Amino acid sequence: MEKRVVFSKLGLPILLVAPQIIITLVFFIWPASQALYQSVLLEDAFGLKSEFVWLDNFIALFSDPHYLNSFARTVVFSAATAGLSLGVALFLAAMADRVLKGATAYRTLIVWPYAVAPAVAGVLWFFMFNPSIGILAYLLKGIGYDWNHYLDGTDAMILVVLAASWKQVSYNFLFFLAGLQAIPRSLVEAAAIDGARPFKRFWTIVFPLLSPTAFFLLVVNIVYAFFDTFGIVHATTSGGPAQSTTILVYKVFSDGFIGLDLGGSAAQSVILMAVVITLTVFQFRYIERKVAY
Amino acid sequence: MAGLEFVGVRKTYPNGVQAIHGIDMAVADGEFVVIVGPSGCGKSTLLRMVAGLETVTEGEIRIGDNRVNELEPADRNIAMVFQNYALYPHMSVFDNMAYGLRNRRTPRDEIARRVAEAAGTLQLEGLLDRRPGQLSGGQRQRVAMGRAIVREPEAFLFDEPLSNLDAKLRVQMRLEIKRLQRALGTTSLYVTHDQVEAMTLADRLIVMNAGVAEQIGTPLEIYDAPATLFVAGFIGSPAMNFLPGTVAEDGSGANLDGSERTLPVAPPASAGRGRITVGIRPEHLEPVSREEAVLEVVVELVEALGADSLVHGQLADGGEGMAVTVRVDGARQVAAGEVLSLAVAPNHVHFFDPDSGNRLA
Repeated sequence: MEKRVVFSKLGLPILLVAPQIIITLVFFIWPASQALYQSVLLEDAFGLKSEFVWLDNFIALFSDPHYLNSFARTVVFSAATAGLSLGVALFLAAMADRVLKGATAYRTLIVWPYAVAPAVAGVLWFFMFNPSIGILAYLLKGIGYDWNHYLDGTDAMILVVLAASWKQVSYNFLFFLAGLQAIPRSLVEAAAIDGARPFKRFWTIVFPLLSPTAFFLLVVNIVYAFFDTFGIVHATTSGGPAQSTTILVYKVFSDGFIGLDLGGSAAQSVILMAVVITLTVFQFRYIERKVAY
Repeated sequence: MAGLEFVGVRKTYPNGVQAIHGIDMAVADGEFVVIVGPSGCGKSTLLRMVAGLETVTEGEIRIGDNRVNELEPADRNIAMVFQNYALYPHMSVFDNMAYGLRNRRTPRDEIARRVAEAAGTLQLEGLLDRRPGQLSGGQRQRVAMGRAIVREPEAFLFDEPLSNLDAKLRVQMRLEIKRLQRALGTTSLYVTHDQVEAMTLADRLIVMNAGVAEQIGTPLEIYDAPATLFVAGFIGSPAMNFLPGTVAEDGSGANLDGSERTLPVAPPASAGRGRITVGIRPEHLEPVSREEAVLEVVVELVEALGADSLVHGQLADGGEGMAVTVRVDGARQVAAGEVLSLAVAPNHVHFFDPDSGNRLA
């Protein structure tokens, strides 16, 4: 039952919604509209005056091979990060679902990485893979692979993907575990009696029932990979070598604050904003239409 | 199809709790056996052990001639109907029924034929494309049955399949299950805590209490000659009246505690001269004239059910807590405070050893 409260005067309801409205205005609407405004301006080299240039900034972006390149890298990076962190988290959750003893301790340990700041996570992996002093780089050398993310773009990409996924595994794990535990045990038992082996049970019964959770996490992970990984990239590779790990959100920073192309940078953030809005709308649509079991 | 056999089956959980204390029983091919008992008596555990969902700690379970202790549920060729139906919510009714067959690589046309046949038997024809979420409780129950039938298993296992249905549907489904089982002739094990379901469905009953099979027999054997106090109190509704007392000096009757009257039914010789518990079912007490009466009851409360009335009262000259329930004809007017004179047929009086709880015979 929906409960409606009818206010006789206007004052109190306005007061009640004001904090939320103010926060949205100050921290979202205002900067977003600033970005929108900036994205159609061209600043002169000394920052003394700016000129209204319509959509020139956007046109310039989409004809810039560096930007398109960065877009492609971001897609690769997001797909790899989301895929890896979802896959690992699902595996861990499926295992943890069966754990009887020490389940709480196990869960707590897995959740820890989520409390680590992105930059710290980045530095952690950076040190482990450091070509001169990193333990993992040393081990890789032992099996004949010469790891060097300072020089090799692929190595650098793998490094940021690893660091970014590692941090996100905890979050995904929690949701997957909750999802798994919400599946009635008798369904799995019925499937076992129906002759399905564990692997088949998982793919035909458990995973389909988990798919709303998985879809939600997919969107969250893509958004994470797109936007929240700045700290990780900045602390490990700074977008290098040769821009091989310059994902879109990092390019916004480097073009705007290092390259001082404020208009272009604003245009980039507008595009990112469009991406996240699309993803969110997509997700809400799907979740609303989802069949209720 | 095949019979089923329990040989010294025990179950101890890793935390040391012993759930089943040794069950020995053979279920004949095609027999319908109901396991009945209060919650926590181990009846579901026993069923799940047959299904392979719980391990067997000790003893042996055989389906047909094969020991199945070590077999996976899938390899036991049994089908189970769960209390919550356990239908796969993301599959259509057809897919739910076909799932087990597909896993066994049954040819496609064979699956279609068997599902259609089961759907026909269970009146599910129009619902094959629906999801379980779009079905009523009774329909879901039917789909769960259908899923079991299409597999053509050696045995059906039912785990309280009717307890989620409303009272009317429950009676209807009970009949359908019985009819279906007769028609298919499949060996069935059925777990319930409802003694009416147990009495009506079973060829044979296992009455369980605290992990022990208190009595195994046909419903009427158990009703007529309950082996223990527990069985006597559990089977039959309303429950049997238990009246504590002692064997009369000359052994010709029983002196009920606090009563001066002697119940003129001779306890069996095995009762000796000690204390006994006399059991009389409410339906075996008959209102008679004062002269013929063997018991008198002061009426406290009357529950009119229409066809008959349940009269709750205290033994007139009995001590504290000598509560007696009597089932009388519904047409008979009984008022609270009235004294009811009652007679009982001698062959309907049961005697139990109050210490061991065993029937004296």
